[in-house]
Amino acid sequence: MLGYITKIRTISERLLKESRVDMVIGFRKGTVPMMNEPCIVKSPENVKELVWDSNCGINLANYLTNRKEKIAIIAKGCDSRNIVTHIIENKIKRDQMFIIGVPCKGMIDRHKIASMFEREIIEVVEEENKIIVRGNDSEKVFKKTEVLQENCAICVHRNPVIYDELVADLVEEQKDVDRYEDVRRIEAMQPEKKQDYFNNLLSACIRCYACRNACPLCYCPTCFVDESRPQWLGKSIDSVDIKTFHLLRAFHCAGRCTDCGACERACPMGINVRLFTKKLEKDCLELYGWEAGLSLKERPPLDTYRPDDPEDFIK
Amino acid sequence: MPDWEPKIVTFLCNWCSYEAADLAGISRLQYPSNIRVIRVPCTGRMSPKFILAAFGKGADGVWVSGCHPGECHYIAGNYYARRKFSLFKSLIEYMGIEPGRLHFSWISAAEGAKFAEVAIKVIKTVKDLGPSKYFIKKINDRAA
Repeated sequence: MLGYITKIRTISERLLKESRVDMVIGFRKGTVPMMNEPCIVKSPENVKELVWDSNCGINLANYLTNRKEKIAIIAKGCDSRNIVTHIIENKIKRDQMFIIGVPCKGMIDRHKIASMFEREIIEVVEEENKIIVRGNDSEKVFKKTEVLQENCAICVHRNPVIYDELVADLVEEQKDVDRYEDVRRIEAMQPEKKQDYFNNLLSACIRCYACRNACPLCYCPTCFVDESRPQWLGKSIDSVDIKTFHLLRAFHCAGRCTDCGACERACPMGINVRLFTKKLEKDCLELYGWEAGLSLKERPPLDTYRPDDPEDFIK
Repeated sequence: MPDWEPKIVTFLCNWCSYEAADLAGISRLQYPSNIRVIRVPCTGRMSPKFILAAFGKGADGVWVSGCHPGECHYIAGNYYARRKFSLFKSLIEYMGIEPGRLHFSWISAAEGAKFAEVAIKVIKTVKDLGPSKYFIKKINDRAA
């Protein structure tokens, strides 16, 4: 994946020089290790800022909402699916965009690495399939596959679904992945067990809304958490308010979530908030045969219906 | 708790189930008085927020009823609602609410008898589960 950088810069420079786009949305190096930050490059001189490595987990589709300019965007598999979702939800037009597709082999999980490295991390260097983590006087080498983000480890759409130009050849998709093992485990529990499980899972939540802000699907002008007349959701960190928040946040992503992992990555408390969206993703697949962001022609599941939809739960 | 009676918040579609409740009354059909009816213009108007707010403020059960598929006053409101309800019921039960607390039904304006029948069934299921604890906001817990 490291060879991508030159190609990304060349394409971006060309597009900006030819004035085909007004800006390029990509990543630049962050100020702390493993935290690349999104950046917008507007002039050809600045394309050298752009980087690409295994710390580009943030979903760039988040920066497209309601944009009017001509934009080039660097998109890995999940980003491209969220771009598709944006297009079918009329948040941006296809002809406004030049999509630079990046075949992706997964992003690394900084929480996981931090927990496996005792000291403060000063530097993280990436070599093909190897991650070298350096502290003040120590060094540790991880295999990249060991420290992948959980959603990347079970990803089945690594290649971008739409693009105008690719930075490298498409990578092989993962096959025989069991995407919903954890969801099924929870589904099999008794209600009391589930209650304990979720109370426990969410006990760390501080209601910072980082999961919502990182999510490219969350673009309502007024979010339900901010509504005050009527106030559907309490502002406290009472366990019911927290559960309600997570339930509704996930429900708003029903049939739209691409499991890009931006929410989980953003969570400062390390809560696996993807458990909620994944359940909906599984239901949409099982009930309606739907996977989000794969086609520009089909309507999302909650925007359409079939007369023979399953309804055994209705009396 | 021998004297305990459940409170069930009931959302009825203006064009069918609400009329069915009326018909059940006019026909003098008997059913327990645990349901509290809220009239909605269509089941398509239902938002998960309504259901969560009902549970959060102390409802022991929630029941949503609307027109049979194909008979919606607004052509397709209940078709969209059906998909929403499928996913929502599945998600809230995944999070640990007991399966018998949330009910859905299709009852047309002519089905007064079905209304009474379903009401009895819903009330019995919720009563058997006992008072709801999981999704009710307990304000005093934190103060104590």
